Amino acid sequence: MLELIEQTARTKSIVFDVPGWGRHRAGQHVDVRLTAEDGYQAQRSYSIASAPEDRHIELTVERIDDGEVSPYLADELLAGDEIELRGPIGGYFAWEEAPGMPVFLVGGGSGIVPLRAMLRHHRATDSAVPVRLLYSARSLDDVIYRDELTAADAGDVRLTLTRRQPAGWTGYGRRVDRELVAEVCWPAPERPLVYVCGPTGFVEAVAGALVSLGHEAARIRTERFGPTGGETP
Amino acid sequence: MIDNQALDGNAIAGTLAEVFGGDMTTAIGTCGHCGTRGPVAEVVVYRRAPGVVVRCRVCDGLLMVITQVRDVFCVDALGLAELQAPA
Repeated sequence: MLELIEQTARTKSIVFDVPGWGRHRAGQHVDVRLTAEDGYQAQRSYSIASAPEDRHIELTVERIDDGEVSPYLADELLAGDEIELRGPIGGYFAWEEAPGMPVFLVGGGSGIVPLRAMLRHHRATDSAVPVRLLYSARSLDDVIYRDELTAADAGDVRLTLTRRQPAGWTGYGRRVDRELVAEVCWPAPERPLVYVCGPTGFVEAVAGALVSLGHEAARIRTERFGPTGGETP
Repeated sequence: MIDNQALDGNAIAGTLAEVFGGDMTTAIGTCGHCGTRGPVAEVVVYRRAPGVVVRCRVCDGLLMVITQVRDVFCVDALGLAELQAPA
């Protein structure tokens, strides 16, 4: 482990130098396996936040208070420590370019993590495919990768803050429902490829809205994180 | 009605890769109960039980139960009519 970066009150990014790491695809994850002295093992999946072009592997972990793995990663791991990572894993929720068709990314909470890898990859490869991100967080303080996503060169990023909006907020201030999806997403006839990631309820709602707007289910890739973050207690 | 605790097939990609020897999230499974076909990434996954319980997203039928004791996996896939490996 090289570095720990505080993202929000509940999330931290952890940067690893992984010798012998094969190239991953944006959107894939790794399994983190912790082994206690008595041999007890706990394993969780975390999305890779870094692009394939980035030098190091970055994971972003939401701390689940009664979790088995995330409190260790977020609070106890120190620079120089070694842990066991397996991956890259998963080929379904991974970036694909379909020339001529736009890519629409929808993230809720820590569901931004694999989408951030896709955005970075998109930029690193100077891809000509139009990409748009709709990211839902409770408040501006809960926006992971806030500086990066609100920077002038962030690309087509739309934020919605569902609980609290700062004074003068010009972004959206409501939940991602059918109406908001219709407003932000390309219309169904343009056949965008859609990636939706976040808590299970969020993903169900967004995927349902997309289908009701006429988007083909086969062009909607989903990844569900469970009740809140990247770990079920 | 989907339980908010439920995950999906992406969450067990690592376990499935260990059992089947390659990525299975893009494999196409057919439910033995209702006949629905779809990518393994889209199945409903519960990890709270001892082991992993995999259900059909359409009919909630039981597709697979995966348990692990030390390094040995036990996979019961009786509810899957077919599993087509990715091309």
